[in-house]
Amino acid sequence: MALVLNEEQRMLRDAARDFLTQRAPVSHLRQIRDSGNELGFSRELWDEIVEMGWTAILIPEEHGGLGYGYTGLGLLLEESGRTLTPSPLLGTALTGAAALILGGSPEQCAEVLPEVAAGQRILALACDETTLHQPERNSSQAVAAGDGYRLNGGKTAVMDGAAADTFIVSAATGQGISLFLVPAKANGVTVQPYPALDISIAAAVTFKDVELPATALLGALGEGQALLDRVLDIARIGASAELLGIAQEAFERTMNYLRERKQFGVLIGSFQALQHRAAQLHAEIEMCKSVVLKALQMLDEGAVDNAELASLAKAKLSTTAHKAACEAIQMHGGIGMTDEFDIGFFLKRCRILETLYGDRNFHLDRYARLRGY
Amino acid sequence: MNQPEDFRQAVREWLEDNCPESMRSPLPSEAEACWGGRNFEFYSEDQRLWLERMAERGWTAPTWPTEYGGGGLNREEEKILKEELARIHARQPLISFGISMLGPALLKFGSEELKQQHLPPIVRGEIRWAQGYSEPNAGSDLASLQARCEDRGDHFILNGSKVWTSYGDLGDWMFCLVRTDIEAPKHKGISFVMFDMATPGVSTRPIRLISGKSPFTETIFDDVRVEKDQVIGTLNQGWTVAKYLLTHEREMIAGSGVSSAGTMSVSKTATKTIGTDNGVLRNTPLRADIARYEIDERCLELTIERARDEVKAGVSLGAAASMFKYYGTELNMRRQELLMAIGGNDALVWEGDASKDGDTPRQWLRSKGNSIEGGTSEIQLNIVAKHILGLPG
Repeated sequence: MALVLNEEQRMLRDAARDFLTQRAPVSHLRQIRDSGNELGFSRELWDEIVEMGWTAILIPEEHGGLGYGYTGLGLLLEESGRTLTPSPLLGTALTGAAALILGGSPEQCAEVLPEVAAGQRILALACDETTLHQPERNSSQAVAAGDGYRLNGGKTAVMDGAAADTFIVSAATGQGISLFLVPAKANGVTVQPYPALDISIAAAVTFKDVELPATALLGALGEGQALLDRVLDIARIGASAELLGIAQEAFERTMNYLRERKQFGVLIGSFQALQHRAAQLHAEIEMCKSVVLKALQMLDEGAVDNAELASLAKAKLSTTAHKAACEAIQMHGGIGMTDEFDIGFFLKRCRILETLYGDRNFHLDRYARLRGY
Repeated sequence: MNQPEDFRQAVREWLEDNCPESMRSPLPSEAEACWGGRNFEFYSEDQRLWLERMAERGWTAPTWPTEYGGGGLNREEEKILKEELARIHARQPLISFGISMLGPALLKFGSEELKQQHLPPIVRGEIRWAQGYSEPNAGSDLASLQARCEDRGDHFILNGSKVWTSYGDLGDWMFCLVRTDIEAPKHKGISFVMFDMATPGVSTRPIRLISGKSPFTETIFDDVRVEKDQVIGTLNQGWTVAKYLLTHEREMIAGSGVSSAGTMSVSKTATKTIGTDNGVLRNTPLRADIARYEIDERCLELTIERARDEVKAGVSLGAAASMFKYYGTELNMRRQELLMAIGGNDALVWEGDASKDGDTPRQWLRSKGNSIEGGTSEIQLNIVAKHILGLPG
């Protein structure tokens, strides 16, 4: 597959950009924050996003979706990164939907996916228990009870925690880890939401003797670790796409500033000290574009093992977007430190996505391991 | 033949029949590469045969038009040919500045006569070209060059000198930037000329590098006769040709930053030399550096692939060549630093069998020039800042 967008994909991206810059520019994020919103995003905007089919894009047609693929959804995430649009798109339309598509039985898919496509059900992956992302470190337990399972344990850093209708929870079954679909409203589930630094609302979730039917099990018993890895790799690629949007937008805003801000009687963009850093960052962002597109295309081509490319993308994008966001503040000078100015929001959202599903150190280590060193 | 897969099949079969077995392995050393030229001595009959057969099909210059001896392939076919060559680890049949640098400029700016005269011998590897660009006082500020061609009616007389002529002592012909109008502003009085280096008055002196090797010469011109019909493009408009050619040079240099098939990866070299515990390299800070390097290396490969696909889709590469040159050379320098770190004490041996006569340190030292030659990294960053990012000058 050529490493370029086709006509249809470019149109999708342009349409998404038009919508987001009109309906959900960075001022929308500020307004959500200042209004004390308890979900971390606007339901009205979410309804519009659903209306446009973004939640259906990955879901097969037989389950009420569009079956349009990962590259398309990746472009929407990239554009959402540019506008810092708060929404559960990454967590539910990509990560959650992918977990069902890869691991769900026909019955589970038929029940859950049409509701995800229609925006009636928000999914949230709950797999972290430790301060640093270590999905294989798991103390939650699902023991056989009657026809189903009894779940005990807890998860941290669950994205969209306050809004989620269904958690996808990793738990030990005695035969390794498995994934379970757990309704947020089930007896014994306690959700403790907290605001994250980008204004999104995450949650710590605890499970106390939660009774689950046998149909809550996602995928074959004992094969959950492999499924979780595959789902996480997709989520990592999605987060990388959003980071790409953040990096590009923060960088472009900074370039605009360098072209208009004067000091010492000249445009600061004429200073070689800044020009060279800008040019270096431009090169890194170009590298990022290639990696993200390649990773999305691999997913569309149905590659089963995307571990190496996912870690490569997440390590590279976490590093580069972080750099772009920090340089954005430095090159804006004092005004970049003020809350009144928007550029600081990019660093905050970037930090969340960098950390989510494993930061650059996690992925450097994983990449080396996958490559045999 | 319009189906890519048919073409691939045909290439595969032809290579099976025509690529000698001994040409299907990485070069044991750079010294054995085939450069062609009047005085080139082939290392083996297979090497000669491989060049002859590839040149016969025009595949030493795959995308050049067939009327000048080229392969006449489109970019997709070229990509397929490259992939098939890589698949059997075929050696490059010919390394040639004529193909990578002069040819594209001749095709774009040269007269029909000049194309007919020079392109076919380049494809066949009969003439080895040298580049005369930099001068002792014209490095990064290339346009301030002083080598001067005086008009003597039916010919020019050239005086002056060039530095950093790659393999200048082995060149048959030179393409050269000279001043033909000393009154004009510096960019306006330059012409792009070619001449036979066997012409009386041309001499070369080797420049010994910190690596102990002398891949470059200084080239001196003392009343050298240059024919008037050997000007590419318009007289005094040579700067346009020079810039175009530099773009090609940068693309070529950028590509060399990525490890080619057949060379051992940095991480494999490290695990072999340093060893692992439970599959993890014993030196963890070095391991992280290697991972960062290999990630960036893969990123560059993918970006070169993306740029090629974009060119195919009609997007011009333009100033992006500067970005590739910058990134590729910086990457190669990181690679050499890592190989030195992995090599430890062995990498300090200058002469002796243990270190293949200092191969690692010599390559490391040589790589320090990567961010200087073909326009320094700083010049490339200037170009990116001005021409891609639109920052004020």
